[in-house]
Amino acid sequence: MSKNLDINVHHLTRVEGHGNIVVNMKEGRLEKAELQIVEAPRYFEAMLKGRSFHDAAIITSRICGICSLGHQMTSLKATEDALGLELSEQTILLRKLLVNGATLQSNVLHVYFLVAPDLLNAPSVFPLIPTHTDVILRALRMKRLANDIGDIVSGRAVHPITPVPGGFTKIPSVGELKEIRRRLVEEGIPDVLETVKTVKALAGGIPNFVRETEYISLKDKNEYALYEGDIYSSDTGITDVHDYRSITNEFVVPHSTSKHAKNARSSYMVGALARWNNNYSQLTDTALKAAEELGLKPDCYNPYMNSVAQVVECAHCAEDSIKIIDQLLEMGLKDEKPNQTPTKYGKGTGSNEVPRGILFHEYEYDRRGNIVAANCIIPTGQNLANIDDDMKKLVPEIIGKSKADITKHLEMLVRAYDPCISCSVHLLNVDFIDDTES
Amino acid sequence: MTTQTAPKTKIKIAYFDFTSCEGCQLNKLNLENHILDLLEHVEIVEFREAMDDKADSYDVAFIEGSISTPTCVERIHDIRRRAKILVALGSCASIGGINAMKNLQPIEDVREIVYGEDKYLFPTLPAMPLSAIVKVDYEIHGCPMSIPEFLQVFKALAMGKAPIKPDSPVCVECKLRENECLFDRGMVCLGPITRSGCDAICPSFGQFCTGCRGLVPNPNKNAMLDILTDHGLSLQEAEKRLLLFNSYQHPDTFK
Repeated sequence: MSKNLDINVHHLTRVEGHGNIVVNMKEGRLEKAELQIVEAPRYFEAMLKGRSFHDAAIITSRICGICSLGHQMTSLKATEDALGLELSEQTILLRKLLVNGATLQSNVLHVYFLVAPDLLNAPSVFPLIPTHTDVILRALRMKRLANDIGDIVSGRAVHPITPVPGGFTKIPSVGELKEIRRRLVEEGIPDVLETVKTVKALAGGIPNFVRETEYISLKDKNEYALYEGDIYSSDTGITDVHDYRSITNEFVVPHSTSKHAKNARSSYMVGALARWNNNYSQLTDTALKAAEELGLKPDCYNPYMNSVAQVVECAHCAEDSIKIIDQLLEMGLKDEKPNQTPTKYGKGTGSNEVPRGILFHEYEYDRRGNIVAANCIIPTGQNLANIDDDMKKLVPEIIGKSKADITKHLEMLVRAYDPCISCSVHLLNVDFIDDTES
Repeated sequence: MTTQTAPKTKIKIAYFDFTSCEGCQLNKLNLENHILDLLEHVEIVEFREAMDDKADSYDVAFIEGSISTPTCVERIHDIRRRAKILVALGSCASIGGINAMKNLQPIEDVREIVYGEDKYLFPTLPAMPLSAIVKVDYEIHGCPMSIPEFLQVFKALAMGKAPIKPDSPVCVECKLRENECLFDRGMVCLGPITRSGCDAICPSFGQFCTGCRGLVPNPNKNAMLDILTDHGLSLQEAEKRLLLFNSYQHPDTFK
């Protein structure tokens, strides 16, 4: 194999949004290895200026269809932090249930429909329908169940309706929650266990590549952090969510309409694998068993294993949802009105773990409850520099393989991060106006 | 795709995405209970988000997203040339949607707010619906697109028929669902001038209509503004609410 290599994957398939992989090696020297982000920018931060706190989450959930619930939750938390809106325990539990549903849905979609075709050498999931009918039906059933959590609790899984600042416009009924619980027990958990078997059978196709990096996620003392917690870095430890800019340090690179981020090193990783490395001991028993079965061990440095960590999280989300529903039913559902009376104005920050990693929204409100400035930092944007660094280590290691094989390894690498490119391109900094007046 | 029971000629469909959140495509994948049935009648020949394959021509192209860069303009012309029928999927494609809010501010300001001194790295245009550039045969409205409407259009096209276009306001569907009017509950709602077809999903879940499906034909916007201001919004707030999803159609209306 010659030591010259020129790879250009235009509009990579089976990822959300538009990206190109460009790798260039001349006489054994790697000149370029990068994921170019060519998605059209959308300028959300500019759109948010002057908008009411009632509209902020409606607008920002449209940043991404796949992570719309995550954006909505983070947006609501930023607004509530800025305006001093207290939440009831019921609201927090219902939101955690929604986050579990959205994570389950997204992880199932990614593992079954976007990653599995690579492991079976298929160009998409569609040719697998006649050959792997039961597996596809199971995936659709799991997705439906996860989406039904969203449909029932938030009105609609894509761009949810009922979650608003301070609470919910409508509460699900006891009967609806009981039915979801029944399905989680009778279909959800068994389907997750079958998924573990399926993925284990395919796991031989996962490339063995190791590059230790910095892992960043939320961390909470009480639970596996998805909805709340502090920022935790495997390099620099705990940071308050309000100081997120000291962690994300965004910068513009010419090959990407999405900004890159770095903290202690040239890049860091967010997402299921970072959450696993930082918080694995807080997963439910079923999830820990799934991890053992799938050979996922703490401090895993293989980015391709992100998809495996997503399967482990499916088990966690299903099991934890049952626990949350039990808690809600035990407390008794109350028809609460959302608390929308601001007690202060100024800046607020919200953070959530969304399927692809840690997400930040920060808003500043004026005294009429309108946005003065906004900033959103997206998981995929935070992962981009790490993907480039992975490619720079990976290419020389596999240079002996055929060009087609190298290309496949690179495509699989990018897919493993489950990038959400539409999400990553809208947002860059607004320089916050001096906050002395707020 | 089971070939043994399939009709001889399946219609070839393709999906494309422009400036958007890809939520409409996702919503389609959320048709878990129908998706295998749909695949009996059509062949998906291109769908970048889910498959590697590419095709030269298609009977129906479903397109999500707005036109907002010079590259988008080139791509949509190319797709139009290859497609017999072109369907705009969701608000970004059909009415410009939320993307068009950026058009309300000078484009230089918008670019600077987001990219600062690097603003000229990335070309941008005002956000437009597909119909600003090419002929659009059918529109499926909503943010995200309404699933019942998608199924209705999909079935009609699969049978070679023209789909029905809803033109009554959301209030009609809201009344049919016997919802209590949100104005009577102290909220403000865009139902009176927003195109129906969503089965009044937001008011049915206690949330105001955001106008995501675009305005009805010949809307009485002044009367709508009167209602909104009578129910507590300032004129400026009322205008902003109206423009949430409808900035492209009516950029000058409320200035």
